[in-house]
Amino acid sequence: MSALAYTFSDSRTMLRRNLKHQLRYPSVTVMLVAMPIVFLLLFVYVFGGQLGAGLGSHPAGHSDRGAYLTYVVPGILIMTVASAALGTALSVAMDMTEGIIDRFRTMAIARGAVLTGHVIGSLIQTLIGLAIVLAVALGLGYRSSASALDWLGAVGLLALFAFALIWLSAALGLAAKSVETASNTPLFLTLLPLFSSGFVPTATMPDGLRQFAEYQPFTPVTQTVRGLLSGSSTSGHALAAVAWSVGIALVCYLWSVRLYDRRRATDPK
Amino acid sequence: MITATGVCKSFGEHRVLDEVELEVAEGRIFALLGPNGAGKTTMVRILSTLIAPDAGQIRVAGHDLSTDPHAIRGVIGVTGQFSAVDNLLTGAENLRLMTDLRHLGRRAGAQRVRELLERFDLSGAADKPLSTYSGGMRRRLDLAMTLVGNPRLIFLDEPTTGLDPRSRRTMWQIIGELVADGVTIFLTTQYLDEADQLADRIAVLDHGRIVAEGTPAELKRRIPGGHIVLRFADPAPLHEAATLLDITPPPGEQLTLQVPGDGSLGSLRQLIERLDDAQVEVEDLSIHTPDLDDVFFAVTGRSTTADPALEEVVQR
Repeated sequence: MSALAYTFSDSRTMLRRNLKHQLRYPSVTVMLVAMPIVFLLLFVYVFGGQLGAGLGSHPAGHSDRGAYLTYVVPGILIMTVASAALGTALSVAMDMTEGIIDRFRTMAIARGAVLTGHVIGSLIQTLIGLAIVLAVALGLGYRSSASALDWLGAVGLLALFAFALIWLSAALGLAAKSVETASNTPLFLTLLPLFSSGFVPTATMPDGLRQFAEYQPFTPVTQTVRGLLSGSSTSGHALAAVAWSVGIALVCYLWSVRLYDRRRATDPK
Repeated sequence: MITATGVCKSFGEHRVLDEVELEVAEGRIFALLGPNGAGKTTMVRILSTLIAPDAGQIRVAGHDLSTDPHAIRGVIGVTGQFSAVDNLLTGAENLRLMTDLRHLGRRAGAQRVRELLERFDLSGAADKPLSTYSGGMRRRLDLAMTLVGNPRLIFLDEPTTGLDPRSRRTMWQIIGELVADGVTIFLTTQYLDEADQLADRIAVLDHGRIVAEGTPAELKRRIPGGHIVLRFADPAPLHEAATLLDITPPPGEQLTLQVPGDGSLGSLRQLIERLDDAQVEVEDLSIHTPDLDDVFFAVTGRSTTADPALEEVVQR
């Protein structure tokens, strides 16, 4: 086998290991997917009527609540991505405290296979989470006029953004000194969708917060997904969304690999 | 199999290894013996490519550690002090993970997993989660995982620490079998009897320095022989005996005197006769044959009675 084949094979082995962990201990997955669903129900049924009225005119036959459901689903999907990414920091940090990681490091395993296994595992977890959340949204009456191609674009962008946030979370998990820290540091990821265009239009926010909301990465991603799913234009947000995703993924990938190698070099345990 | 010269390692201000030099022959058991904190685990972590030394030349299985660690990883196996198993998987899944990472292929992998489960008496618990495993079972699984790739050199970092006596004997037996198969073993231990029992060569590590090295027999020979301990009721007869036998009496209030001698019947009779002739009252007499304890304390310059704290550490 060539070096590339080994990398592929070892990464697949590590991926299988992570998926087994997820299957055997589904409580983490359930918790990560439950959060956006709770937010969906909360925002649609508690705040939805009022917020929908605030959205202004909407198509005939749509109630205020129905209009808000249409508005908030892209935000909830982004929140699902952010929430699922939390799991990566946790699983990476847990791995780093276990003796098995030292065993991996004394074996001739392709470099990066351990992290790749975690990241791809989390990505699969995220996609399953998105499917569940979307099913709940459809159950609540969410309908989209988007074409198959639009859907493909939306899912593709969500997956790309998830990939970026998962690498970020992996780096935070590696940087954390303990599992407890690792479960706390990425929590800001689940707050950022609230300070974006995910739940209310940024125009309704006060100065300062509005600028922050408009320029942080969650807004262009939300706007692009919303544009694709509602069949309206993505009005220049798509490029920013992809650029943010690729940028975060690249920086955090390099950061993670560096942290992984450095822990090997100095850990005195 | 291993040649190491001038190995140094510090963590911050603390110098853990200081110019360590050692040579491990192929197909033998080499024991690195020392108390807690002597630097044993650090040495294993360096030799098994986990951490880089600050200085020194190391070759393992013909490969330079600094330039080709990947080649070394292909021929070694490591079983550390802390169990290196995946606690979220079953025993069989843990072994399967190893066969996959060694690229054994599906059928050969499954075959190897069965073999190892059988050999390490884990077949019954193969599909149980590790949370149900005892300490001894974990340690056996750990070693089984190490053996998956048929390593030519195995590092065992305190393989029996924390095991009950029965599991300990099982582990010794397994180590013996491995060497019979031609595997080289690098073992660290704080149990002197374990090194004596298993090792072909022993290096004594103390505060990051090798203070003695040789076969168990050679090390024992460094102690001039056994000794006879005489105990007295009060200082007067002790000083009489010391003068008679030409031995420097111990400092302070101690009421015991160590007389060199191998404890043979002849030397014993001679000693008793001399004491009797001089009418020296001896309260108690005991014979002490040399063992690795003596070696350890002789080379580190600390005696069990002088440092009870160390004694406790070494026995633990």
